[in-house]
Amino acid sequence: MSNLSVDHLLGIKYLKKSDIDLIFKTTDNFKKIINQPIKKVPSLRDITIANLFFENSTRTKLSFELAEKRLSADVINFSSASSSLTKGETLLDTVNNILAMKVDIVVMRHPNPGAAVFLSRNIDAKIVNAGDGTHEHPTQALLDAYSIREKYGEVSGKKIVIVGDILHSRVALSNIYCLQKLGAEVKVCGPSSLMPKHLHELGVTHFSDLKEALNWCDVANVLRIQLERQDVNYFPSLREYAMVYGINKVVLEGLEKEITIMHPGPINRGVELSSDVADSKHSIILDQVENGVAIRMAVLYLLAGRIKN
Amino acid sequence: MVVERQILNQKDIQITIERLCHQLIEHHDSFENTVIIGVQPRGKFLSSRIIVKLKQLLNTANLESGSLDISFYRDDLRRREEPIVPDIMDMNLSLEGKNVVLIDDVMFTGRSIRSAIDALMAFGRPKSVELLILIDRRFSRDLPIQPNYVGRTVDAIDSERVIVEWNEDVGKDRVLMVKKD
Repeated sequence: MSNLSVDHLLGIKYLKKSDIDLIFKTTDNFKKIINQPIKKVPSLRDITIANLFFENSTRTKLSFELAEKRLSADVINFSSASSSLTKGETLLDTVNNILAMKVDIVVMRHPNPGAAVFLSRNIDAKIVNAGDGTHEHPTQALLDAYSIREKYGEVSGKKIVIVGDILHSRVALSNIYCLQKLGAEVKVCGPSSLMPKHLHELGVTHFSDLKEALNWCDVANVLRIQLERQDVNYFPSLREYAMVYGINKVVLEGLEKEITIMHPGPINRGVELSSDVADSKHSIILDQVENGVAIRMAVLYLLAGRIKN
Repeated sequence: MVVERQILNQKDIQITIERLCHQLIEHHDSFENTVIIGVQPRGKFLSSRIIVKLKQLLNTANLESGSLDISFYRDDLRRREEPIVPDIMDMNLSLEGKNVVLIDDVMFTGRSIRSAIDALMAFGRPKSVELLILIDRRFSRDLPIQPNYVGRTVDAIDSERVIVEWNEDVGKDRVLMVKKD
């Protein structure tokens, strides 16, 4: 099998289908590794990775850090709250200072779309985008698609609806790219005010009616309402959103078939998902979390293989 | 790739495997506490043959075995042009307190076996680990590792390669010495 066609993981947009297939195949092996009695392998023991989080994150950061440690990489962590950014340093200066300490891979989350691409053009290290503003979140999309593949055997031909705040969601955009590259059919569902203007250019259509959307799909990937990114009100109230677009047991039981529920977390219980759905057998939310570590191990391992001595 | 000579033919391989099995039985008796582990990808073919023969000789159906993928334990990740593509890891067993027989087809620098020993330890602390090799390319070791059971010893120089072909893989059992391109 060939190598990855890219030197960085900046977004799913830049990946070929063969890259995604290679990542998935490698993930299968890492999933076995993380279920062994000893979950650590020495692959990246001469690699140093910097996790730069210029925006809050709990699970993505933990998942990356665990993946790095299970690969035996040396890890340094940085978060903007405690950094010199507050003293007026530029992104490039901050990163160059960290690179001067001989870092091989940078995992970065940043509030500005395109921050990862900017960094990859200006510094000499492999970049993994861990979320850049409302743009892309490639490892989340990979682990979502991997979880669908695990549940159904393949992604191709499956119908996936992404429900919720598409406008502010990097998970939605990366998911659309990833699932389409793998041959799945993707549609979105949510209030019109939370739909991006140029949705049709991605080949994605929009359901206004939740029930119609759920009856169409095999898998519903439910997103969180990102109140922190909304500077104006896009809908009257969370309560009203929950009444129209919240998925609960009554909604699921009213469907013509069984569907699978996914959520990238963190869940606002009682808003987009009710507890009885989030914890039900329909939900593969915790499988997503487990797969997240394996996917990130695969991505880091494959990128590290491209660093030449 | 130019074939220089044939080291073993189908008959030779069959006789060698049979001899190796008898040697194993000498040391492991009824194999009660022994596990046979084939190193992926090429050692798997040899270990499968050995397991079949042992079951026949010991007249038993129970022999603990597994196949070990060593990709993530290798030491040359960033020193190769081609990526290391992992193989199937089939290790649904614990090696705690077991006598392990590690099996591979060709031994050259000893680096794969070093990785394999490292990988084994992820499945518990074995009582002992032995190494069985079909073709031992002596005088070419980078590390101080020697096999316990050897099918055939050959002398080869750097520009030569030993290729073991299996019926299950390419429809023919034979061992060849070829000249690298």
